[in-house]
Amino acid sequence: MGVEEIAGQVTQGSENKKIAISMEKVNKWFGALHVLRDVTITVAEGERVVVCGPSGSGKSTLIRCLNWLETHQQGRIVIDGIELTESPRARDSIRAKIGMVFQSFNLFPHLTILENCTLAPVSVRKMSRKQAEELAMSYLQRVKIADQAKKYPGQLSGGQQQRVAIARALCMEPKIMLFDEPTSALDPEMIKEVLDTMTTLAESGMTMICVTHEMGFARQVADSVIFMDYGEIVETGPPHRMFADPHTERLKTFLSQILHGH
Amino acid sequence: MHFDSRYFIELLFSRNFLAPAWTAVWFTVASMAIGIVIGTIAGLAATSKSRILHGMVKVFITIFRGTPVLVQIVFWYDGLAELTGNFINLSVVTAGLMALGVNEGAYMTEIVRAGIESVDKGQLEAAHALGLSYRTKMLRVVLPQAVRVAIPPTGNQVISLLKNTSLLFTIAVPEIFATGTNIFSVNFKYFEVLAVVSVWYVGLTLVYGIIQRKLEKRSNRSITGAKPTAKVPTVVPA
Repeated sequence: MGVEEIAGQVTQGSENKKIAISMEKVNKWFGALHVLRDVTITVAEGERVVVCGPSGSGKSTLIRCLNWLETHQQGRIVIDGIELTESPRARDSIRAKIGMVFQSFNLFPHLTILENCTLAPVSVRKMSRKQAEELAMSYLQRVKIADQAKKYPGQLSGGQQQRVAIARALCMEPKIMLFDEPTSALDPEMIKEVLDTMTTLAESGMTMICVTHEMGFARQVADSVIFMDYGEIVETGPPHRMFADPHTERLKTFLSQILHGH
Repeated sequence: MHFDSRYFIELLFSRNFLAPAWTAVWFTVASMAIGIVIGTIAGLAATSKSRILHGMVKVFITIFRGTPVLVQIVFWYDGLAELTGNFINLSVVTAGLMALGVNEGAYMTEIVRAGIESVDKGQLEAAHALGLSYRTKMLRVVLPQAVRVAIPPTGNQVISLLKNTSLLFTIAVPEIFATGTNIFSVNFKYFEVLAVVSVWYVGLTLVYGIIQRKLEKRSNRSITGAKPTAKVPTVVPA
């Protein structure tokens, strides 16, 4: 696995990049509230995208639409060549391609760390228990938490839980990983361990969309940054340009607020 | 005071109530099992997306929670036979089990529904994001967590069910109270006999209380995770 990842990373630049995710003029309303306005994005395979914006700007809704936790009402979403439609089959095959990490971890509290990681591989991917446990242990080692495998989530710190959540998602061997404010619920001293795990994952060539306020992470890891406000994409670009030279007033204001906050 | 304490002691330690107590326990366990099965199915229906299922569950609960258990017992035993022209003629045991079990099912439906609804929404989202099927999501993620919430109220139900087995005396099930009525209708020692009957119910309730506490402890353990690590040494990565 490790070898393939490195190979993938090396060839990444020269290859004709396949499109992993495309959203075309996606609109969504919560009642009268227009939460996504004509959102159009394209994410290539292996691309790392950071989505930022003030709270209520629709950034979480955007990534939640990608694996059907929310349904969009207008526009097209195509994931790895499959269009998100009402059909349960399309939904299931898309969910199998996408891993998701939540702000509140959402580990299953009644299952051990190892069981958290093996549940989906055994029940969805039909792996044997032994195979699934080996797979889970390899990912738990990757997020440096294998020694906690027999514990329950409640016995782990927030940072550890979030790393387990990343391992759990990786056990489905997804093509795309979504992160919904993965460090927002963490104590400051635990943010780094999670960001480090995410950075390692990014370096392995995983396609990632990450909603976060961690601008250091965006600068270090992201290929592009999407800035949202009031449900629309206001500005996109590579992180260095976005942060050094924001073209819009709204991004300028947002950045100054974020930076003052730190 | 005409309390015949000698007779009371004698009856209390006689073998008269052993078989009836067993009958009461047996009816409680079997009816509870029926109730839990009905409650789980109806509880899942009540939390599903189908409005038709919601409506059906509502009607079921309204009928079986809204009428007295005594009425339901006589319905299953006599009413159903009369209604179907003896086509369905349940035995005493079957009628008793149906009456207590289905009635219990109505109460358990509400308990299971509340348990399911208490599970954090994030758990469902995680299950969806992992692509778990409805079956796996419910069996492995939602219900185990719902059970934890459902255990304390279910304990109350067990105790009330145990006492409700006394109503089966109307269809001549030889349980504790029926045995008592048979004795005092002969010797007219109402108080002594009822006192013995009561001691049996209280005793069984107390025993169940111990079981209930064990169950609650056990169901909480995996959530707080206080115990299981002690016996498992740190895993050596392969």
